[in-house]
Amino acid sequence: MKLRIDIEKKLGDFSLKLNTEISGERVGIFGASGSGKSTLVHLVSGLIKPDAGEIYLDETCLFSSRKKIDLSPEKRRIAIVFQQAMLFPHLGVQSNLLYGYKRCRPAERRIKPEAIIEVLNLVHIAGRGVNKLSGGEKQRVALGRAVLANPRLLVMDEPLSALDDSLRYQIIPYLRSVSTEFGIPCLFISHSITEMQLMTERVLVVKNGRLSGISTPDELARTGMATNPRGYHNLLRLDGATQKDGLFHYPWGNSELIISEGRTGEESLFELSSRDIILFKQHPEAISARNLLECRVAELFDSDGRKGVVLDSGGKTLVAEIVRNAAEELGIATGATLFAAIKASAFRRLG
Amino acid sequence: MNLSPQDSTAILLSMKIAVTATAISLPFGFATAWLMVFRRFHGKVLLEVLINLPLTLPPVVIGYFLLLFFGRNGWGGSMLKAAGIDFIFTWKAAVVASATVGFPLLVRSIRLGMESIDRQLLQASRSLGASWYDTLFTVVLPLSLRGMVAGSSLMFARSLGEFGATIIVAGNIPGLTQTIPLAIYDYASSPTGTSMALSLCGVSVALSVIILLLHEVIGKKLEHGGQA
Repeated sequence: MKLRIDIEKKLGDFSLKLNTEISGERVGIFGASGSGKSTLVHLVSGLIKPDAGEIYLDETCLFSSRKKIDLSPEKRRIAIVFQQAMLFPHLGVQSNLLYGYKRCRPAERRIKPEAIIEVLNLVHIAGRGVNKLSGGEKQRVALGRAVLANPRLLVMDEPLSALDDSLRYQIIPYLRSVSTEFGIPCLFISHSITEMQLMTERVLVVKNGRLSGISTPDELARTGMATNPRGYHNLLRLDGATQKDGLFHYPWGNSELIISEGRTGEESLFELSSRDIILFKQHPEAISARNLLECRVAELFDSDGRKGVVLDSGGKTLVAEIVRNAAEELGIATGATLFAAIKASAFRRLG
Repeated sequence: MNLSPQDSTAILLSMKIAVTATAISLPFGFATAWLMVFRRFHGKVLLEVLINLPLTLPPVVIGYFLLLFFGRNGWGGSMLKAAGIDFIFTWKAAVVASATVGFPLLVRSIRLGMESIDRQLLQASRSLGASWYDTLFTVVLPLSLRGMVAGSSLMFARSLGEFGATIIVAGNIPGLTQTIPLAIYDYASSPTGTSMALSLCGVSVALSVIILLLHEVIGKKLEHGGQA
């Protein structure tokens, strides 16, 4: 997917002015609330009209004030998953799912309802009314409905922010599977760096209605390390745990990670804050932390007075965060060997 | 109950006029409410005032304006005459009088229903490939049903009670244009008509109660239907 935007829009005191081009299958739009993310989505999907400019999706012109083109939303084929599920309350789950599918030209019906119902685990709720669903189920139906419209682009406008933490990370695998299994390009809007890391490969950063930059989710997480209350989020997808003495042992690279809150028999996603990793120059004699990893410093980066240390341990990487003084005292340099201590309870299981 | 054949005719005629006026007004009421809620255009305030005017104007004034418009020398009158349609002092005039007086009530109720529809539902519909009229019929219309039922019953009840505008444009011709309120008016002005008038009053009360009950039942059903 290639999105070319060169638009201006004034809405009261707020003005949006963007000129950029971004390509990729999973693109993020990142920004604080009020930065213009949602306005941008509305402009791209045709729900509001730019004052001037052009919008191209791949080779199709969606809007051009110069050529006097303004495709109506239904012709743009850009399906949106909103913050709230926005299911049609007068229709059941099945009819909601098929709403866009029925309106899609038969030649373009690439994704079939049966496939989506299975992938999104909707079999048991397909016959129900939408008001009897839980928040997570509603959002899954909304996602299925959008995908079944067989859109050219799937826009997810903060689809997780109305859900609580545990549900949020249950939904993410579904969101990811939609773009990978069905090959629909996604535009993912959020103000959460973790969600960007999990969902996107390129990120458009918007600030006060202007483009602040294009980066990767990892760069974004590194830049935000010092200001984010939990530093840089290391996201680890771990599987194959064995349980010993109440702790979970996960194989990781050529060593293992010991975690308090794990699960056996299923893959889990863990978050580890860069601030929960303690670095030692020499092997400590005795330590209460359950994990002590021998690592090589692969890279160092700065973030607002803090130093980010990218550690390589048996082919796997982790980012630790230390203050600049500590970096100088330890004499950390690229290629140096360090020991990283992590408490078993420092890993937060997301889902 | 003391009802003469003439009273029965008045009751049936009242029902016929109220049903026709409501049925004819419903699509216009829906379209007007949609315009007012979802569309932006110049002169919206003016339209708003115009629609609500019959709510505050004395019905007699409305009747008089209708008479001027549909009368022999009025625009409407000459057009109808050209088409060979008799209008003034027929039941059709009573329908138009009822429709004019009840229309603001109908639009108000439908509007209330429409205003409670989340705009994002419409955006979702559009982004899923529905054109604006598709969205109108598959999302706005079903979600406005409660408002339409509420509005229709209000308008139906208002039509049953219409007096001022009807007597001016349709007259008070027994068997032809005499509705329940007009018949009661006749009885009330005759010294021997008390029991007859009371009978028709009873019918009016019964009809009103039935309408209100129906309104409640259908409203509840739709509410549950929405959750199905």
